[in-house]
Amino acid sequence: MKLAYWMYAGPAHIGTLRIASSFKNVHAIMHAPLGDDYFNVMRSMLERERDFTPVTTSIVDRHVLARGSQEKVVENILCKDQQENPDLIVLTPTCTSSILQEDLQNFVNRATLNTQADILLADVNHYRVNELQAADRTLEQIIRFYLEKQTDQRIKTIEPSINILGIFTLGFHHQHDCRELKRILNDLGIQINLIVPEGLTIDKIQQISKAWINIVPYREVGLMTAKYLKKKYGIPFISTIPIGIIETSNFLKQLDSEIRNQNPNYNFSIDEYIKNQTQFISQAAWFARSIDCQNLTGKKAIVFGDITHAVSFTKILTQEMGIQVLCAGTYCKHDADWFREQVEGLCNEILITEDHTQVSQMITRLEPSAIFGTQMERHIGKRLDIPCGVISAPIHIQNFPLGYRPFVGYEGTNQIADLIYNSFTLGMEDHLLEIFGGHDSKQVITKNLSPETNISWSPSSLNELTKIPGFVRNRIKRNTEQYARENKINEITLEVMYAAKEALAPQ
Amino acid sequence: MKKNLTFECETGNYHTFCPISCVAWLYQKIEDSFFLVIGTKTCGYFLQNALGVMIFAEPRYAMAELEESDISAQLNDYKELKRLCLKIKKDRNPSVIIWIGTCTTEIIKMDLEGMAPIMEKEIDLPIVVARANGLDYAFTQGEDTVLSALVQRCPQSSKSQTKNQQPNLVLFGSVPNTVSNQLNNELKKQGININGWLPDQSYLNLPHLDQNTFVCGINPFLSRTAITLMRRRKCKLIGAPFPIGPDGTRAWIEKICESLNIKPRYLQERESFIWDQLVDYCELIKNKSVFFMGDNLLEISLARFLIRCGMQVYEIGVPYLDKRFQSAELNLLENTCRQMNCALPRIVEKPDNYHQIQRIHELKPDLVITGMGLANPLESRGINTKWSVEFTFAQIHGFTNARDILELITRPIRRNRKIQSIESVQKYIL
Repeated sequence: MKLAYWMYAGPAHIGTLRIASSFKNVHAIMHAPLGDDYFNVMRSMLERERDFTPVTTSIVDRHVLARGSQEKVVENILCKDQQENPDLIVLTPTCTSSILQEDLQNFVNRATLNTQADILLADVNHYRVNELQAADRTLEQIIRFYLEKQTDQRIKTIEPSINILGIFTLGFHHQHDCRELKRILNDLGIQINLIVPEGLTIDKIQQISKAWINIVPYREVGLMTAKYLKKKYGIPFISTIPIGIIETSNFLKQLDSEIRNQNPNYNFSIDEYIKNQTQFISQAAWFARSIDCQNLTGKKAIVFGDITHAVSFTKILTQEMGIQVLCAGTYCKHDADWFREQVEGLCNEILITEDHTQVSQMITRLEPSAIFGTQMERHIGKRLDIPCGVISAPIHIQNFPLGYRPFVGYEGTNQIADLIYNSFTLGMEDHLLEIFGGHDSKQVITKNLSPETNISWSPSSLNELTKIPGFVRNRIKRNTEQYARENKINEITLEVMYAAKEALAPQ
Repeated sequence: MKKNLTFECETGNYHTFCPISCVAWLYQKIEDSFFLVIGTKTCGYFLQNALGVMIFAEPRYAMAELEESDISAQLNDYKELKRLCLKIKKDRNPSVIIWIGTCTTEIIKMDLEGMAPIMEKEIDLPIVVARANGLDYAFTQGEDTVLSALVQRCPQSSKSQTKNQQPNLVLFGSVPNTVSNQLNNELKKQGININGWLPDQSYLNLPHLDQNTFVCGINPFLSRTAITLMRRRKCKLIGAPFPIGPDGTRAWIEKICESLNIKPRYLQERESFIWDQLVDYCELIKNKSVFFMGDNLLEISLARFLIRCGMQVYEIGVPYLDKRFQSAELNLLENTCRQMNCALPRIVEKPDNYHQIQRIHELKPDLVITGMGLANPLESRGINTKWSVEFTFAQIHGFTNARDILELITRPIRRNRKIQSIESVQKYIL
């Protein structure tokens, strides 16, 4: 047993559901108790999704405990098959159902006989893998399911083309990143064969082998699929993360040489392109050179997040902006070796943990001038008065911006430069304010704004007043006093406060 | 027009919150408590996401996260829990630790009720066990399991107290202190003094209970607590409608007065004064229709209040309906429908969201009260929605807060009035 208040990566079934619901016309059925379908709320709220989340629950209740799910799961599958007509139904076990040890595969086999849809049991162990690992696995499982019966032969597209693996729902800025990747590939004259799994329909999966190359922009999800496709069809993949000027150009060079490998006649000057983009599309290189950024030299920062973003930011901060990274860390323990290898020599310390209190202690000890982390680090920063830029999930609704905010590619470098710069200047401004005694408006704010009166507040009503949220407190105070004046009341008690609320409400 | 209320029961395939969410408001109410949820990552993930910012405020609750070795009984439950509880005691020093049993503890049959009394003695700290799991309960019923566990901890009245006095009155249900103060005041106006609340701000302040105690609930989801109070502590339950809306509040006070042989004073004036304050909002929703998908058990009371405000209720979805505990409320609902001369709504227990959405498409209600998982998809289909969870967290009890309910209900209508003028925008939204 572990005492826990907070976790960075969610439970396995969330990963499975994120993948399943990213495909088009794929339905997931969770084998779970009432209330475990919180995923639907997250998708509908965070992504502001307009469609019903294609996830339902086959509910585990007392009856199921007593007699097993028996017909229930099968019935629910058949029912969904008729109601929604999906191409594929993914039966998703949860932590609760996995300890019931029912033979879900058997239910799947039975249901398959009577459904139009294909049915698949997500193969994830809830006590061994987390959300990200499960997502990686489920993606591979679905792709493999549809390609297994195919021959290993493939017909490549005539023109160079690629698949983007690992764009899916509730991913950190995935939509924007995907658009930016498309833009770049379009510039290079490379076709996009498939984007997997976001928006992909099942019948298109078989075309996956047409691509020349697979790219995996995020380390966490997509690698398994890329490896599988390499083994089955020999499709090479590029897993360099195209975030930051240096890594984006590395990514492009690899892409270029892979295409040349397969088509010696490919005639595109990648160096020219990189030079142009770096100079004219991305402002980050010039920005780092500009006099403003000199002040960032030697500033101290801490980076924590998923592997993709923590590694990328550590590289950007140190190699592109001259900022010292005191500690780089990640919560993806399962991929710790790769993380260490990547940030080795770029930071003073490496922290690999899933425990946010350890991160908090590290930040307190090192006192950086800025943090780049998840929402949790943002809150730690708030408490310690250290500014924080959010660079990785777990995230809140404000990390699903409507405006175009990619992290990858050349526009990504602009966004990142802004994010980094703004985090530090805000910190600087705060610091200067501190030194020079703060904004001079302080006195005015604390001054009582309501006119002097002889109305007094009883201790209990004063106490009640302090419980009212700060931003409306003054208004309530004024309204209550006005009510008291109008009714010739000299002492405000709790009763007077409530009466004032009732009387003054319609305004 | 139907004469009597009809009750239906569907498949129970609906969205609601897990009952462990009750820790969110209960840890704030009982200020010296600590809630330990014994469950898995799934429970933790739900709490952390559902509670949003609260999670960062060093809350007085935590997960005892079960790992594979706990599930397969390689570790000793008792030792593990004791280690965690000692740490909580050292770090937070609460007056009580409340263990929340979850689906997992049910399935692996962890004997929480058996372990608690032993550990309680060993670590010298009260431990209360509540099984608020998704196998048995929905959302607000979590509070019901916690309160009924707390009933057992309420002190017996001492003999001298019970002899000479008139009967005690204890109210049960967790509301913010502001609301409990307001309800106290409301009863004080009738000359009724309350002897305590279950729960109160402090665990050490639990009310005295015995066979002379009258108890009255303030929330419709507290049926288990009511039964425990009657059966275990021999209390007399006042079966009243719930003090939600001015009509409900008045009926609630009247019923309490009646049970205590007190003649209510100025109640009618008080109620009509409040209705006068609501005229502008009632005007907005008059003759508009509403559909409750059902997820928090407040539905019957809210529907009754909205009918009284002039709305048409098409369907009242409700996770669970205890017809005995809610009988007074159901009566008031029927009477309200007659008084307002409107059709009796259909009440659907354990609804099926899929079928409900079909019905919504057919009926085209002006407002659907639903959970957050369905609100945006419905809005995108041109159907106005209001999140049902807000009614659980907002202050909705008593005369004073009636306006707050309508504030919530009318919000989508007021918002639409404001943006409707931009026709070109509307075209792109839908």
